[in-house]
Amino acid sequence: MSRQTVEFSVTAAERLNETLNAFLQIDREGALRRADEIEQNRNHGPLAGIPIAVKDNICVKGLQASCGSKILGDYHPPYNATVIDRLTKAGAIVIGKTNCDEFAMGSSNENSAFGPVRNPWDTTRVSGGSSGGSATAVAAGIVPVALGSDTGGSVRQPASLCGVLGLKPTYGRNSRYGLVAFASSLDQIGIFARKVEDVARVLGVIAGRDPQDTTTADVPVPDYTASLTGDVKGARIGFPRTLFGKGLNNEVKTSVENVVDVYRELGAEIVDVELPNAGYAIAVYYIIATAEASSNLARFDGVRYGFRAEDAPELRQMYRKTREEGFGPEVKRRIMLGTYVLSAGYYDAYYRKAQQVRTLIKNDFLKAFKSCDAIITPTSPTPAFAIGEKVDDPLAMYLNDIYTVTANLAGVPGLSVPCGLSSERLPIGFQLLGPYWSEDQLLKIAHAYEQERPFTERPPISAS
Amino acid sequence: MPISQSDIEKVAQLAHLELGEQELKTFGPQITEIVNYVEQLNELDTANVEPAIGGLTPEGAKTNSSREDEIAGSLGQKVALAEAPDPASGHFRVPKVL
Repeated sequence: MSRQTVEFSVTAAERLNETLNAFLQIDREGALRRADEIEQNRNHGPLAGIPIAVKDNICVKGLQASCGSKILGDYHPPYNATVIDRLTKAGAIVIGKTNCDEFAMGSSNENSAFGPVRNPWDTTRVSGGSSGGSATAVAAGIVPVALGSDTGGSVRQPASLCGVLGLKPTYGRNSRYGLVAFASSLDQIGIFARKVEDVARVLGVIAGRDPQDTTTADVPVPDYTASLTGDVKGARIGFPRTLFGKGLNNEVKTSVENVVDVYRELGAEIVDVELPNAGYAIAVYYIIATAEASSNLARFDGVRYGFRAEDAPELRQMYRKTREEGFGPEVKRRIMLGTYVLSAGYYDAYYRKAQQVRTLIKNDFLKAFKSCDAIITPTSPTPAFAIGEKVDDPLAMYLNDIYTVTANLAGVPGLSVPCGLSSERLPIGFQLLGPYWSEDQLLKIAHAYEQERPFTERPPISAS
Repeated sequence: MPISQSDIEKVAQLAHLELGEQELKTFGPQITEIVNYVEQLNELDTANVEPAIGGLTPEGAKTNSSREDEIAGSLGQKVALAEAPDPASGHFRVPKVL
């Protein structure tokens, strides 16, 4: 049974990769061997025999971890990320590593050193990013679930653009040990799936304290599937009206407002909430994320692993040349911006100021969650845009994250849920944000919608 | 305030990046635009606001502690050096420093 399932996934991944470019490595042999082992050992783990795809910035022993970058193009980590150990123990089978924006920096997957991922709904359009390969692999039916990482929306935004679910858990819900660090106070590993129940099952396996990542909190992991009752009567859903204004595509607006109506009909109470400082989130994010990235990416210097430039006979010259040749333009731009905002004389004006405004954004959420159980917003201001459309305008690209970055800044969980197609048959998603550790509530609310309005459309580029 | 090409060169030095001609030219205006955008934060009075250090929840902050100081397995020299671009006699070899 698991061999057949895995064979199907691997074959689909191979067949569709020329069109979608979703995978950077497909491990046919290893995946089939694991499938056989699981059958022989009668592994009855909660995910026994389930094929999964993993973003190429999460370490899987024996496979590559390029992070979509030339500087780690041939890097093979000698250990598993904690989430991979837990998934493997539960019986899941990693079939390959998925394409992503270089070091998870981007919202379109166009920053991958190995070419953009194509959206299975329209291959002239972006998949979203940075976890575009994982979103696409799930949307095209290659795998039922995939892992990504979400620093400012990198799971939720591509999930929305590809028409699948995407969860960013609470900061500290799961371990980042073995996730290549981008911005450590924001990064979380997230989950893609086509069914809410699958998100719940995978989260139950990977969540929880890990001594290898001290930021994981010692908070009990509930049975997330137990909360999927379909009942949202009396749930209070916050509606931040001011976020449904300027810059929001009309079709997205209507579609998400229709979701609000569905919840009202299901017996949920819709309450007005304010997030007065949400408009500052992008500015705060691009200071904090780039500052942390400039520090985290200092380790890539051609000494201990990865690419080293040739013809550099002196150490400093070797560092500079390696990083010049190894990193792509967006990564360099962000390292430069991060170095600038942290440099002498600017630290207080930029980094400290951003961390103060971050406190205000956090407080907005704490206040809003006194009157509601979850907040609903769009996930992305528009459906998938054309490949090449925003590539020369970094600031326009950053504004794609307007609805998603707040959750990373505040540390709260966020879940993107598909809610229909635009007139051009492109997926639209809505986002549920909740208080700390409220993943069970978010999944419950999403599940109720899924029961009422199942998203059953499949993209033209598909495995089956 | 526009960020000049010489500012860009200085920051590139700090970041250990050797930028090409094209990047030296485009990064100045692009980073200026982004810095101008983030300066909107100055509209907010934050004189009495504590900076949010880290992304931790209260529960996370409470349990944010090192593991017990117990001996545990490690990769070992051979594995740790396996991905090095230029390993030599159990070490990472680098070009000359001076």
